Amino acid sequence: MAKSSIGAIDWLSILCFLFLLGFGWLNIFSTTHNPELETSFFDLSQSYGKQIWWIGTSFIIVVFIMATDAKFFERFSSVIYLFSLLLLIGLFPFGKTISGATSWYAIGSATLQPSEFAKVGTALALAKFISDIQTDLRSLKYLGYAILIIGIPALLIIAQPDAGSAMVFAAFLFPMHREGLTSYILFILFAVASLFVLTLLLGVYWVIGALFVVSIALYFFLRNQRGILLFLLSGFTVMSAYCFSVDFVFHNVFKQHHRDRFNIVLGKTKDTRGIGYNTNQSEIAIGNGRWLGKGWTQGSQTQGHFVPEQYTDYIFSAAGEEWGFIGSLCFVFAFLGLCLRLLFLAERQKSQFARVYGYGVTAILFFHFLINIGMVIGLLPTVGIPLPFLSYGGSSLWAFTILLFIFLKMDADRNKR
Amino acid sequence: MRKFLLHIIIVLVGLIYLGRLFYLQIYDTSYTNISKNNAVKTVFEYPQRGNIFDRKGKLLVSNQPSYDVMVIPRELKPFDTLEFCSLLKISKEKLKKQLRRARRYSTRLQFVVVPQLSKNEYAFLQEKMHKYDGFYIQKRSLRSYKTKSAANVLGYIAEVNERILRLDNHYHSGDLIGKQGIEKEYEKDLRGSKGVRYFQKDRFNREIGPYLGGKLDTAAVKGKDIHLGLDIELQEYGEKLMQNKRGGIVALEPKTGELLALVTAPSYAPELLVGRKRSANFTKMYRDSINRPMYDRGLLAEYPPGSPFKILTGLIALQEGVITTRQRFSCANGYYYGTRGRKMGCHPHSSPLNLSYATANSCNSYFAQSYRKIIEKEASPQAGIDNWRRHLRSFGLGGFLGYDLPAGRPGKIPTSKYYDAIYPSKRWKGVTTLSNAIGQGEVLCTPIQLANMTAAIANRGYFYTPHVVKGIDDNYNKNPRYTERNQTTIDSIHFEPLIDGMEKVFTHGTAMFLQVPGITICGKTGTAENFIKIEGKRTQLTDHSIFVAFAPKDNPKIALAVFIENGYWGSRYAGKIASLMIEKYIRGKVTMTHLEDWLMTHSLEEEYAKPLSGLPFVINR
Repeated sequence: MAKSSIGAIDWLSILCFLFLLGFGWLNIFSTTHNPELETSFFDLSQSYGKQIWWIGTSFIIVVFIMATDAKFFERFSSVIYLFSLLLLIGLFPFGKTISGATSWYAIGSATLQPSEFAKVGTALALAKFISDIQTDLRSLKYLGYAILIIGIPALLIIAQPDAGSAMVFAAFLFPMHREGLTSYILFILFAVASLFVLTLLLGVYWVIGALFVVSIALYFFLRNQRGILLFLLSGFTVMSAYCFSVDFVFHNVFKQHHRDRFNIVLGKTKDTRGIGYNTNQSEIAIGNGRWLGKGWTQGSQTQGHFVPEQYTDYIFSAAGEEWGFIGSLCFVFAFLGLCLRLLFLAERQKSQFARVYGYGVTAILFFHFLINIGMVIGLLPTVGIPLPFLSYGGSSLWAFTILLFIFLKMDADRNKR
Repeated sequence: MRKFLLHIIIVLVGLIYLGRLFYLQIYDTSYTNISKNNAVKTVFEYPQRGNIFDRKGKLLVSNQPSYDVMVIPRELKPFDTLEFCSLLKISKEKLKKQLRRARRYSTRLQFVVVPQLSKNEYAFLQEKMHKYDGFYIQKRSLRSYKTKSAANVLGYIAEVNERILRLDNHYHSGDLIGKQGIEKEYEKDLRGSKGVRYFQKDRFNREIGPYLGGKLDTAAVKGKDIHLGLDIELQEYGEKLMQNKRGGIVALEPKTGELLALVTAPSYAPELLVGRKRSANFTKMYRDSINRPMYDRGLLAEYPPGSPFKILTGLIALQEGVITTRQRFSCANGYYYGTRGRKMGCHPHSSPLNLSYATANSCNSYFAQSYRKIIEKEASPQAGIDNWRRHLRSFGLGGFLGYDLPAGRPGKIPTSKYYDAIYPSKRWKGVTTLSNAIGQGEVLCTPIQLANMTAAIANRGYFYTPHVVKGIDDNYNKNPRYTERNQTTIDSIHFEPLIDGMEKVFTHGTAMFLQVPGITICGKTGTAENFIKIEGKRTQLTDHSIFVAFAPKDNPKIALAVFIENGYWGSRYAGKIASLMIEKYIRGKVTMTHLEDWLMTHSLEEEYAKPLSGLPFVINR
């Protein structure tokens, strides 16, 4: 059963996957090895040794997934979803707290992070729900259900608290949009986000002033339209109120460390010692790379361990320093190439379930890339989420491997029904 | 649209991120430098400064190790201030002040907390240094002097100041740089090149090994040795003779322009400006406005040259064809000129005299008349003065000579414009400036200019720009500036009658008792009136004693100028010193010990105290 699908599997995606895994491991080795210690690559007391073990076990998982009928995932999607929710809930009594967040199960010396696996469960459940014949995302009722499917795990993760991981669940808006969610919602969300940033950057009165000017201009262009005055007036009022509330929330509801993170990214405060230290060190490391990089295990910032969390969330800064712009370029091409390839695969699926799932996988991977790399190169605020396939960590590697290969299996089996 | 929204966003994000990466990695190069400061520790290895040798290969200046306590402020951790202060023997306030200054300079760069510890202090401190994070000891080399003389020539080294730190990135805080004399002028040769070693640091600032396996490290290269033309024995002897006197001796070798001795008095021992006591000594000497030991009179003092200047008046008159060697001028205890019976006085001697005898007897009248003819040869006094000046400039007077020591002073040879400015109606004539004929009036020279003029006379018409350095390392190829002949405007045939006259100064003239048996010296005495202002009143002081000489007459080996402030007449102090210096240099020993004894037992301190006493005083006694 499995054999027949080996030939149909998308080797281009596998190639990207293997490249990212290998590239990731090289960087993990470079950031964590101790030049004075002469041990093998497989030394399990070292992070790079453990990562080899995680990579090995991921391959076993791949074999298992490939051996499973694609139908299985569709049929058991609800069970998988509920199971992942249970794992999340179980964290509250049984979880282990590491640096303030109760996000892990400790099994011996190893830890397991269920929020990573919840992405798989949610992607499957959402695909199952949307592909149901009755579901129409244009109807508020079904939209509500869909949001519930995404929102429950997200809220459970926020409660850990791990807002960064929960944020990724917003990625599921893309498969929903693909399947009929009205564009207005995306547009409104976009407007909400940009007004938020502009208000913080320019101050509330400037933004409202600009909105006023734009409204007047729109009125003169569109004054022949019926009801335009009322539309613009209400739009302006709502947006102004929103801006004021953003200002209020930012200064009165946000905690100082939230404000700090935003201020660093918006360039409103220069701070290279305290909260801005990570970003600054990471930028220095990447900037140090120049065209071809310092060479593997030769980066002065990387070898001096100046970038905190460099082998997990900040792994890309090591790549930037030691492999240079050319290396970074290859990585970006490989990662985004994989995303675009997965979108292509999703579009050629015959079953809606597989297509929605494929979109979900791509959106999740892309969101991780967007947030993680954005943070490492100083374009987005500091949000601690891993870079898929590159960051050190068993849970995330397993989860992304499962996420990806379930879809590749579906793609391989697409002609079987 | 629905199908492609995510595609578009992915591609857009990819482009934006690649743009940002391009900015960080390629466009903005500042990251590479921050990186160096932050992950790579740079340790400098200071080279030995080059040694300085004298003319005969005698070592004058070498090095001794010294140890600076340095700090890098950002690496400081709380430490036992009291113990640290007692180790360094400084007060807590001083330490705090130094740390504040260090932070202001840079938090990442090294700064000197306590400079120049001795070997013993270092040995004691070194064992405890591990307790003080952020501090470390930087080994440097200080100067070690084998002579107590020639401080004005050798100069000194000191920590670079902030202005140089900003201008020249070769230097770092605490580096030593030549500040005066040879040390300053030949800084680039003497300093050598620093060695650099890079260490990879981790985020706790620990060194974790050489950076890039030591690929970029360089070894320190020792500075080049400098060989001076200076004869240290002669220099030391000159300084000995100058005890209790003020003034300068400048001796040079006419054949090459190499300075044999450059004595200024009062002076100081160069070792006073070494080590931790440097600053206190420097301030003390710098503030001594009476003795001014740091003032190099040989290069900086501008005196009226007095009678030696008559030689030039004679030479110019011959060159201009306004006198002949046989022509005689009468002298009636002076020269009367103008319509109102003005007179330039002279001392009693036989009259009339020709050029040689006039030189030997230093007849004011003779040279006043010659000068008048020089100026009046031209249509206007303006043209006359400027032509006269042209000749003098060719002897290096009235301008900077361009020697390899701190620039000194240009002296003064007045121009026609100068007189036009003094006499705005332009009603001035040659005789108005008559004092110039005998080296008084508006003419001023530094001792080195006068010595150089004497060398040009000794060479019969040319000179080499005076310089003190003979060779650098084993390379004796001098800067072409010092090997190029400077031809004067006087033809060589005109020199002989005046040189005969200068010889007669020793055989028939003003310096008869100064003759050194067996050495034919040609010289000229000088006695220059001089004035200062005391409480706004122009007051005349005792005359300066001046002497210029070269020897032997044929194939001259040494030419010198001696200035003794307020030494009264030329042969009284300056002449004696000149004869002794010449004998010392040519013979290597001194036979005229009676002159030496006289000089060692006579002091001018009383004379120098007169104008400062506030009491009425008599001069020329």
